[in-house]
Amino acid sequence: MLHTINKSPFSSKSLDLVFEFAAAKEPVLLYEDGVYAAQSGTKFEPEIARLLKTNPVYALQADLKARAINNPVNGIKVINYDGFVDLVAEHKVQNWL
Amino acid sequence: MYMKFGILVLDGPYNHEAGDSAYNFIAAAMNKGHEISGVFFYNDGVLNATKLMDPPTDDRNIVKRWSELGAKGVDIVVCIAAGKRRGIVDSNLAPNIRISGLGQLVDMTLNADRMITFGA
Amino acid sequence: MAETPKKIMFVMQKPPHGSIYPYEGLEFILISGAYEQDISLVFLGDGVYNIKKDQDTSELGIKGFVKTYRTLEGYDIEKLYVDKKSMEDRGMTVDDLIVPVEVKTSKEINAMMNEQHAVFPC
Repeated sequence: MLHTINKSPFSSKSLDLVFEFAAAKEPVLLYEDGVYAAQSGTKFEPEIARLLKTNPVYALQADLKARAINNPVNGIKVINYDGFVDLVAEHKVQNWL
Repeated sequence: MYMKFGILVLDGPYNHEAGDSAYNFIAAAMNKGHEISGVFFYNDGVLNATKLMDPPTDDRNIVKRWSELGAKGVDIVVCIAAGKRRGIVDSNLAPNIRISGLGQLVDMTLNADRMITFGA
Repeated sequence: MAETPKKIMFVMQKPPHGSIYPYEGLEFILISGAYEQDISLVFLGDGVYNIKKDQDTSELGIKGFVKTYRTLEGYDIEKLYVDKKSMEDRGMTVDDLIVPVEVKTSKEINAMMNEQHAVFPC
């Protein structure tokens, strides 16, 4: 199951919900305002690093670029919309809206 | 493996990125050879369907984009109940978008290999 | 057409009156009930507030919809689950809820999500 986060971790509990409800190895996608969680150096970096130990984490390139996030946390896989489509083709989706 | 994706859009044009993400996702999916079993507008997503939309010309025209997608054969459906609540009715519907009941969303779900929701 | 019913899960994650998402979500759920599919509802996060007893929207001038949850059974929607931790975090117990639910852990909810044909956020 693919878990998607589209809100900033500074304003939303989506990241907590993913920790709670995602099983190990299930992929997590950050897109829209969710990509603010991908930036290194924020107070959420340790949480993202912890998530990366158990789950692959992806961030959408177009949303990163739009928000000037050039330094994603080490281990996050940056993907474009093609990659987004591939993830959805491979996994069922739980959108944490 | 090619799949059939059903797309649910829950938020309004320009107000939230949901409709842009949905559109970009659909474009990439079709480009890769996947099928879109339908796009369904619900909640404030119904506002995507009005032909009265007239954005500044230096930005994307969201309703035009949906109409063009509809012209390519993608079934684009607005929820009638959510539309009536928000003043989206047959007379202001953009071309190649149809208005119908929530049963269409159930059908779309049953026909699709995957459903994905874009919203706020 | 006697096709095998598909599993469709609705995940109520938003609280009831601040936005229309749960209300229109419930309308979708009720319609889905008419299609003889295998429908389930999970309340988690602020979504558990949807089924809190004694809600009264009369002073807001908003049509209340919370009582509609009690009619789900009549639509053959009988699988209602609530996340244990979400309920405990909010100081609630099953006695605070207007409908009977099964309490599940997040692990159990994840396992159920993985069995679904589709999962919708509400």
